[in-house]
Amino acid sequence: MVEEEGFRRYVAHVILWIGIAIVAFPVYIAIVASTQDNALIANGQMSLLPGGHFFEVYYQTIFVGTSGSTREPVGNMMLNSLVMALAIAVGKIAISIISAYAIVYFRFPFRMPIFWLIFITLMLPVEVRIYPTYKIVADLHMLDSYAGLSLPLIASATATLLFRQFFMTVPDELLEASRIDGAGPLRFFWDTLLPLSRTNMAALFVILFILGWNQYLWPLLITTRDDMQTIQVGIRKMITTTDALTEWPIVMATAVLAMLPPVFVVVVMQKLFVRGLVETEK
Amino acid sequence: MQKQAIFQSKLLPYALVAPQLAIVLIFFYWPALQAVIQSFLLQDAFGLSTTFVWFDNYVELFRDPAYFEAILRTFFFSFAIAVSSLSFALLLAVMADKPLRGVMLYRTLLIWPYAVAPPVVGVLWIFMLHPSLGVLSRYLRTLGIDWNPMLDGDQAAALIILAAAWKQISYNFLFFLAGLQSIPRSVLEAAAIDGARPMRRFWTVTFPLLSPTIFFLLVVNIVYAFFDTFGIIDTMTRGGPGTSTVTLVYKVYSDGLLGGNLGSSAAQSVVLMIMVIVLTGIQFRFVERKVTY
Repeated sequence: MVEEEGFRRYVAHVILWIGIAIVAFPVYIAIVASTQDNALIANGQMSLLPGGHFFEVYYQTIFVGTSGSTREPVGNMMLNSLVMALAIAVGKIAISIISAYAIVYFRFPFRMPIFWLIFITLMLPVEVRIYPTYKIVADLHMLDSYAGLSLPLIASATATLLFRQFFMTVPDELLEASRIDGAGPLRFFWDTLLPLSRTNMAALFVILFILGWNQYLWPLLITTRDDMQTIQVGIRKMITTTDALTEWPIVMATAVLAMLPPVFVVVVMQKLFVRGLVETEK
Repeated sequence: MQKQAIFQSKLLPYALVAPQLAIVLIFFYWPALQAVIQSFLLQDAFGLSTTFVWFDNYVELFRDPAYFEAILRTFFFSFAIAVSSLSFALLLAVMADKPLRGVMLYRTLLIWPYAVAPPVVGVLWIFMLHPSLGVLSRYLRTLGIDWNPMLDGDQAAALIILAAAWKQISYNFLFFLAGLQSIPRSVLEAAAIDGARPMRRFWTVTFPLLSPTIFFLLVVNIVYAFFDTFGIIDTMTRGGPGTSTVTLVYKVYSDGLLGGNLGSSAAQSVVLMIMVIVLTGIQFRFVERKVTY
């Protein structure tokens, strides 16, 4: 083993704790601010220790919303975000796994052109084609709908490539064995391939859920009704009014609530998260 | 890329690719094509008629000093965000790669900011560094710095870079740690036996072996700075003061949707598409080959 003297180890621990402090500090401040009185914060007198308004602030945030700018309960925004994130994650996995199956396990005319059509979408995020996409979604009457929120974000190739790669590593003997058992293509997919893909699907789900929950530009454009707002859009609208009117404890409580689900997923499902992250980047 | 054992079916494969193909064609190719077409058209002020103007929108775009500034600014932001975030993350990863007690705990405590959405990052940082009520602004003022990112463009830019780099630390840390752990211990031991001290071992052995990871992360960070900073900018400065934090993506958004200049916005979209394609091309060409020197 490479020698590692006590002093160097000590330095490493210190540097890591400094890193953790830098990473955690903004969030600590948000949590503290969400338990304090707005007048104190607005005066620049905010304390660095938690205050006593935790329950009333979070109650108002979740069930009532701000009194000035958005007037929409954050609980409802979270519900919208949840539906959008789940629709993106489940939708993308579902359409990708079957198209990857077709591309790997069948030979049919236009197989490669279709693969390339899907593959090229890897390159362009929704941000570079926002306006035309907006117009199409508007023409299809999908503004202010969950379909409009999620469908354009499902159009990408990462998951298809991932499943294709995985299917290529599945031994051919499995297919031959199930064919001897008299299984057709759908039976083989359902009974053999899907169970084998479970871990990959879970890892992908974790990543796609986080990405979906954190979408911002797209929901900002296509939601006009307050009751269709996602939490990321709602939090921005809370600070649009002039500074003096911003209800900071509620804004910070909303920030904490917006972080909670994805951070929880990362911490609790860390193994799947890391796996998903590394695999989608390949 | 083809299996030896396959199924025979005429219609089933088409049915299986149909959903994805439909979504990709409707929500990807159609709008991308629209952007290209739109970029060659000019709409009159009332939106009543459109004329085909060849490359006029592009010519006008590149003659516009504001667009040029936005390009330079975006590259500068990307560079600053990538360098600061990568170097700090590398330092942390090198520390966490040592055989320390509680390494798993450190890793957990360092990776969670990945999950914080850009607009939330913006809100967290503007709150801490808000000119009148931010907790950190007080200390900056006692240090004699006239801190007001709402008025000072350079300070606003610094704030965006800081917040964006903060969010990216966890991602970079995770990939650096994975890269470090894949370096064979025997190579480091050999260097140690040859008498190389830890610092020297890092620069002559670890760092060169890490170059594929560094290169990969560099591209990812630049793409991140191009696109994902939108949420941070929109919640913190909205491109201001003036245009001092307007990036290319922010300009597409504000010109097309707030300003109503569709032809120019479409031309900007096309320029961005080309830039992303080039970046992705670079990534595929070099990262796939696993650069090692």
